[in-house]
Amino acid sequence: MMGGMGMKKPAEAKKGLMVSPIENGTVIDHIPPGKAIKIAEILNLLQPGYVVIIGQNLRSTKYVLKDLIKVENRYLTGEEYNKIALIAPNATVNMIRNFEINEKRKVTVPDVLEEVAFCANANCISNKEHVPSRLYTVSRDPLVMVCHYCNFESKGEELKLKGAGGR
Amino acid sequence: MEFVNRDIVSIKDFTRPELEYIFEKAKEIEEKGYSRSTLKGKRVGLLFYEPSTRTRMSFDTAAQTLGADTIWFAGVEGTSVMKGETLKDTIETVANYVDVIVMRHPFDGSARWAADVTTKRAKQGLKKVPIVNGGDGKNEHPTQTMLDLYSVQKTQGGIDGLEVALVGDLKYGRTTHSLSYALSMFDTRIDYVAPEALQIPAHVVSFLKQKGIAQTKYSRIEDVIETADVIYMTRIQKERFPDENEYNKVKGVFRIDKSLLSRAKPTMRLMHPLPRVDEIAVDADDDQRSYYFQQAGNGVPVRATLLALIMGAVE
Ligand SMILES: [Zn+2]
Repeated sequence: MMGGMGMKKPAEAKKGLMVSPIENGTVIDHIPPGKAIKIAEILNLLQPGYVVIIGQNLRSTKYVLKDLIKVENRYLTGEEYNKIALIAPNATVNMIRNFEINEKRKVTVPDVLEEVAFCANANCISNKEHVPSRLYTVSRDPLVMVCHYCNFESKGEELKLKGAGGR
Repeated sequence: MEFVNRDIVSIKDFTRPELEYIFEKAKEIEEKGYSRSTLKGKRVGLLFYEPSTRTRMSFDTAAQTLGADTIWFAGVEGTSVMKGETLKDTIETVANYVDVIVMRHPFDGSARWAADVTTKRAKQGLKKVPIVNGGDGKNEHPTQTMLDLYSVQKTQGGIDGLEVALVGDLKYGRTTHSLSYALSMFDTRIDYVAPEALQIPAHVVSFLKQKGIAQTKYSRIEDVIETADVIYMTRIQKERFPDENEYNKVKGVFRIDKSLLSRAKPTMRLMHPLPRVDEIAVDADDDQRSYYFQQAGNGVPVRATLLALIMGAVE
């Protein structure tokens, strides 16, 4: 896509390709580099009909890169916040109304995740039959979640998210 | 302490006082004898998706000696499961017929799910049917752990202060993981005797370390034979080794026979979850220290006690 890799100062990056303001919608910022597409997939933003801008490898500070997503006329549900937290634990979500930030929220991994991600144990009943998945947070950094049913501890990178592109 | 309608899914759901209470009641049952009026008119469903004959017979005996009826299947051949019935549907159906469901199932976490299903039923105003986990895949087998611990207490007169050696496949064996957790509720020291590749997993060690349990790894039974109060043997499976040679070497080392056993304290008791293959030589069976068959027998008072407690027939 595009990026400010090594050439632009932070302010310029912001004013560069990502500048076009949106009237109503959502800006997901501070996504780890390379993870924006995955988040867009999980949120189903790659479907026809959405006006989306995905920025990859933008400069966040002098030394830190980030991805960013802007989407028009779309707001997130609580469950979507939880899903984003699993991929981008430090992301911030800005709700834009009338060109202004209406609300700014930092995502957090909740204590309990219901029906958001699959237990990484292939022999778990929740992966074998139609059983609602339920995971408890053991640690946020690094992310470790334990299954309500089988007690298996899944590491963040092993978790598969429910929903489009997640399976 | 509340046992009525309680699910028995994981050993981790129990506290030390609760385990001690269960053992006290089991001892009482053993001493006073079983009464068939205890569970008269009650019915226990034994849903065994895997045949597991020993566990099923033990539960069946436990229920019947207290006067309960049992209905059961063992293996799914010819059942509605073969037609694709889900665990939830089977539980919802059988819960209409019985007061308790004992289940053994190949999937990890199946017992917790079944317990959730009958709890939800109870919230809708139907009677709660407690679930007893008779083994859910590689996950847990709490009544095995309870009878193991009961056997330790019964033979040693208590659990605090004991040195317990766990021998064999400590990496994949869920029995030794659960027993380690249970022993950590007491003031014990644990010896892990296993080939390097099959040593106890780090997560078990770190959990026990937090509880202040002294743990030592060994590579030979000889290192613990003279000091251990209990030696808990498990089978090492051939499939765990890349080649036959490697397996044969290990097989000879993690094996107890009569002459090795004679070096142990007279009060030491040798235990095994059974079935044993050749990790305990048959010539060891007659030694007073060999306890594995009586250990299996302890499953009956422990399971009978649990059934009576959760059905409210014993306070
Ligand atoms: Zn699981």
